[in-house]
Amino acid sequence: MAKKLMKGSEAIAEAAIRNGCRFFFGYPITPQTEIPEYFSERMFEEEVHGCFLQAESEIAAINMVYGAASTGVRAMTSSSSPGISLKQEGISSLCAAELPCLIFNIMRGGPGIGSIQAGQGDYFQAVKGGGHGDYNMITFAPSSVQETINCIGQAFPLAEKYRMPVMICADGIIAQMMEPVELPEMQPYEVDPAEKPWAATGWDPKNPVGERANVTSLYVETEQLDVLSARLQGRYAIIRETEPQWEAYNMENAEIVVTAFGTIARIAKSVIDELKDEGINVGMLRPITIWPFPYDAVREAATQPGVKAVLDVEMNAGQMLEDVKLAINGAQNVDFFGHCGSHLPTVDEIREKILSMREE
Amino acid sequence: MLEQCIFAGFGGQGTLLIGKFLACAGLMEGKEVTWLPSYGPEMRGGTANCSVVVSDRPIAAPVVTAPNSVIAMNLPSLLKFEHTVKPGGTLIINSSLTNAKSSRDDLRVAYVPATEIAEKVGNPKGANVVILGAYLAMNPEIVAIDTIIEAMKEELGPRKMKFLDGNIKALHAGIDYVKNT
Repeated sequence: MAKKLMKGSEAIAEAAIRNGCRFFFGYPITPQTEIPEYFSERMFEEEVHGCFLQAESEIAAINMVYGAASTGVRAMTSSSSPGISLKQEGISSLCAAELPCLIFNIMRGGPGIGSIQAGQGDYFQAVKGGGHGDYNMITFAPSSVQETINCIGQAFPLAEKYRMPVMICADGIIAQMMEPVELPEMQPYEVDPAEKPWAATGWDPKNPVGERANVTSLYVETEQLDVLSARLQGRYAIIRETEPQWEAYNMENAEIVVTAFGTIARIAKSVIDELKDEGINVGMLRPITIWPFPYDAVREAATQPGVKAVLDVEMNAGQMLEDVKLAINGAQNVDFFGHCGSHLPTVDEIREKILSMREE
Repeated sequence: MLEQCIFAGFGGQGTLLIGKFLACAGLMEGKEVTWLPSYGPEMRGGTANCSVVVSDRPIAAPVVTAPNSVIAMNLPSLLKFEHTVKPGGTLIINSSLTNAKSSRDDLRVAYVPATEIAEKVGNPKGANVVILGAYLAMNPEIVAIDTIIEAMKEELGPRKMKFLDGNIKALHAGIDYVKNT
């Protein structure tokens, strides 16, 4: 199939539809409003025939996702940082009720209402539990429009396999940018009650078949909550073991390794390419899943023979930095460069930082 | 080849659109492209700009801070981006809207009275495409003129196809202006 030039937000919506998503609930917020806008038209086309609903608030939207996901269908919501904060109670409930769904955070600058430009300050919120309780979600942090589409392709099957919400944290630049993309073919999705016995697909009291579905996040008996917790934690252990994804770039003979995610990783890549042309080898280890975090891959890259230091670059005060340090556990020097809010680190700044590290 | 350019002007002048034409043409020629708009509390008459990258290799950063080329459709854009252009780069100024001169002597600078030229070919709203023509005439290695015309067809779509002829005229008028001055 020929590549098509497409804006990130529109590609996100189209890719979700082509992966069987027929239920979208959301509330407008810059810089992701083009996602609901695209759904608002496309969902009502003949070949899609789905449901788009602009909810009265972000909180309503995430709870509508809870309702739709309870029936086993592929449902999704999207928002941007302050809106994702509002959704946290619902996200915690979705995790406890073991409901698969897709949540997009098109990150902007925070804290508070912050700015409407791209940000990366929601790393902690996404991977350290933005809501209450012991839960995790598989969380992708793509760095291009195409990679975002690929993550959507993985998101629904993973969400269903592990019965959990999957979050994709892309920043405002990815949503606003146009890049050439290749979209998957349309794959309609039918709920198979045999595959999803937990889903509330309808129960006829006159003709009862099987068990009644009971979707809940309330466990009054502590013992029952223990059973749920053990099940969730068991799943998380498997996911930590098997699902981390990352990209290693220019690692051969690297003397410094950069860790970064999302758009910032691309800015750092520009620096790496420039320095390579000048005979300086800098590698990069870029987590694609930020939960599960690729701890082993980061440690191996950081301690590869010849590597003298690690530089973590982010558009925040150093959030992923904590996971990078946990991964390395003192086995390598770790430095940080970044700006908060929506202040993009530039090629020149990162370059200068790397060169100053070489002199130390 | 790695071309990083910024197209800047007032909202409503079609600066984002000519950036799309360039990105789309680059894709048609099998190159790697990115198009990144500025967004914010912007409105008609406010400033608007986009960064376009066209490259033979996979594009790392889509964010352009040191462009090879800047197209300034108005004075605020000139003031904002003139100092960012790499030495030896291209600076095109819409001289229909400003008499300002560039203070840089290390750039290839063109002053293009885009509105007048567009009016002369009967397409008074085509100043953006005149400037695009001027840019391509000064940087012929980026994409072929025929491909830009194909890209305009693609981006305009069936609904706006009636504007194609006027835009082709504006494009050639921009090219001719640079060649003849």
